[in-house]
Amino acid sequence: MRRNITAYGFLCGALICFAFFSWYPMVWEVVLSFQQTNFVDPPIWVGLENFVTVFEDAAFGPAWRNTVMFTVLALVFGYGVPFVVALVLNELRHARAYLRFVVYLPVMLPPAVGVLLFQWFYEPEYGLFNQILGFFRLPALDWLNSTDTALVSLVIVSTWMNLGTGTLIYLAALQTIPGELYEAAELDGAGVLKRIWHVTIPQTKLILLVMLLLQIVATMQVFIEPFLLTGGGPENSTVSVVYLMYQYAFNFGNINGGNALGVMLMIVLMVFSAVYLRVSREDKS
Amino acid sequence: MTRSGYRRTAGLLLATALGLTASACGTDEAPAGDDAQPAAEGSAAGPVSITVNCMPPKTNKAQRATFQEDLDAFQKLNPNIKITKATDAFPCYEPRTFEAKLAGGQLETVFYVNFPNVGRLMESGQAADITPYVGELKTFKDYNASIDIFKKDGKIYGLPTDGYGMGLVYNRDVFTKAGLDPGTPPRTWAEVQAAAKKIAALGPGYVGFGEYSGNNVGGWHFTASLYGRGGDVLTPDGRKAAFNTPEGRAVLENLKQMRWTDNSMGSKLYIDWPALMKAMAGGKMGMMLGAPDVLIGLRNDFQAKFDNYAVTAMPEAKALFNGGAGYMINPKATPEQIRAGLKWIEYEFLTPGKGQLDYVRAKGAGLTVGQPYPDLYGADTPSGQEVLKLRTENANVDPAQFALWAEGSKGIPPKAEPGPYAQEIYAILDTPMSAVLTRQDADIDQLLADAEAKVNALLEKKG
Repeated sequence: MRRNITAYGFLCGALICFAFFSWYPMVWEVVLSFQQTNFVDPPIWVGLENFVTVFEDAAFGPAWRNTVMFTVLALVFGYGVPFVVALVLNELRHARAYLRFVVYLPVMLPPAVGVLLFQWFYEPEYGLFNQILGFFRLPALDWLNSTDTALVSLVIVSTWMNLGTGTLIYLAALQTIPGELYEAAELDGAGVLKRIWHVTIPQTKLILLVMLLLQIVATMQVFIEPFLLTGGGPENSTVSVVYLMYQYAFNFGNINGGNALGVMLMIVLMVFSAVYLRVSREDKS
Repeated sequence: MTRSGYRRTAGLLLATALGLTASACGTDEAPAGDDAQPAAEGSAAGPVSITVNCMPPKTNKAQRATFQEDLDAFQKLNPNIKITKATDAFPCYEPRTFEAKLAGGQLETVFYVNFPNVGRLMESGQAADITPYVGELKTFKDYNASIDIFKKDGKIYGLPTDGYGMGLVYNRDVFTKAGLDPGTPPRTWAEVQAAAKKIAALGPGYVGFGEYSGNNVGGWHFTASLYGRGGDVLTPDGRKAAFNTPEGRAVLENLKQMRWTDNSMGSKLYIDWPALMKAMAGGKMGMMLGAPDVLIGLRNDFQAKFDNYAVTAMPEAKALFNGGAGYMINPKATPEQIRAGLKWIEYEFLTPGKGQLDYVRAKGAGLTVGQPYPDLYGADTPSGQEVLKLRTENANVDPAQFALWAEGSKGIPPKAEPGPYAQEIYAILDTPMSAVLTRQDADIDQLLADAEAKVNALLEKKG
């Protein structure tokens, strides 16, 4: 009984925190998205008006397009690269702990610091990246200054900042694969690629799927990279849904519009979250 | 969930929570005066309590000390008014917390607001109507046109306490190095272009003319340039876009030529105010659009070599974009609190020889005196003349740094922000600005036409 009381105590603490800091704001977000309020006069219920307003905004389409594009590109880079790094680390016999630390290092940097570091890397004239390109006699790129490369540049930042976490999770999954499977594959004459294809991937299928869904949910909320590096530009090419939400709520003084946009994003993310929950359940069973 | 997942979800929730929950905003709250106590509010005869913001931060010791001195002196002078809290959050107006504080009853009775946000707050009813009380202010009748920014439908919603018109900030040292005479800076855009070219020719890293292009500041500077050329962002009734004109085209054409033909603007894109200021403070940028306050900002906040900088009049200016800030009153304030709040604003910001206009004290405290702002009063009014006299007598900065701006801006009419939806319009105008600065093949006519259509659609929706 005493053990139960302690457990319930911990549970209550967590529930109160979630209720106050997560669920309460989420419920209010939904409520406010259907209201018009200035926080002085009583709010007015306006039905779907806020949703119509943001839907008709010229930046609405580009924001969703950019967000989807960012998510897709982030999956190509941010999903694949950590897996490959984890595979390499898993295969290494020496200096694995050291390299694991090196890979995880960027995660320890505050996101704003990481982003500002890349601001220098991307600097057109003296930035590290163009210096490297110059060393190999390759033409300099405009990085953040071009509509063609700005979004990709943000994806690179995001991938670098989150590489460590993804790699460690994949590495943990890889280390649960019984060594006998690899030995058997080797005895059957399987090379590295065949071992990965026939042993590694099937054995980590569920974690790969879960990570894929989490990655989608996380990258669709991209904000800090465009906010700090491009200001949504050039020519709106990096305006994301959350960036637009921020603009509505804090720069345009239309917090209800911002909430409507937040609800739209929440609905989209809920679909992926539902799939994630289903996959997790299957994983457990 | 991955770390990034948590971070992003937390960010999203935080953004929501900021808008929805009232928060005590992590600022130092100084009890204003040793005897500050809560007092009954709303009683005409009894004491009244108010709160104020924009106390200088602890890092700015000199200004903070004078502010505290004023809080004490004001309450001594007005024993019925208690200032129970003075917050020092910076920036003084923070859109990310404003509505949360208002919703949660944490917004100060007297709050600071910069000009770009005034129209929006008036439109949304988030500031008190102070019209019935302004007659009680001694210096109110002396205000120049800056007071118009706080007027809507014949009512007054706030008081400007800082004001200046746009100009051209330049680095005298860079001018000299480029073989230009810092005593005769450019007066026309053609001269700006020629000077920028010479500065950029100094070598790698030198930028002739710096400009913004993101986070709404691109649109803001487009507006400043457009006003200078005699153009307008909106039609007089505020219902249609009015920038797709030869003046609007000239603004973009000029930038495009400097960026791509002359290569005098560098290749870095400045997306916000600190980015451009940092570049200017770095000592290799020749010119940028800016008001006289930029010089003080460069000195105090960006550790620039102050003596190197000067400000001159906006080239070919037909109108000057009005920059500045002021104070508004919490819409939930009682009439007694409004009166008390206005008294504080008058004492601290509007009385020659007191508060921010106490130039004798400012000079003694090592603060800069002599810059030609705040420009609040008509030149011929008693307040205007007194401020000018005190400022001139106590000047401790080189007047030459501001003289060309002061002389060249005389008689040029001020012009305010383009209505209550200025920020939305600036966001739209960011696009043509960033396009001409990032694409050599930018089609200016198309960019202006697209922006015009977007602004018209926005205004139509707003009614």
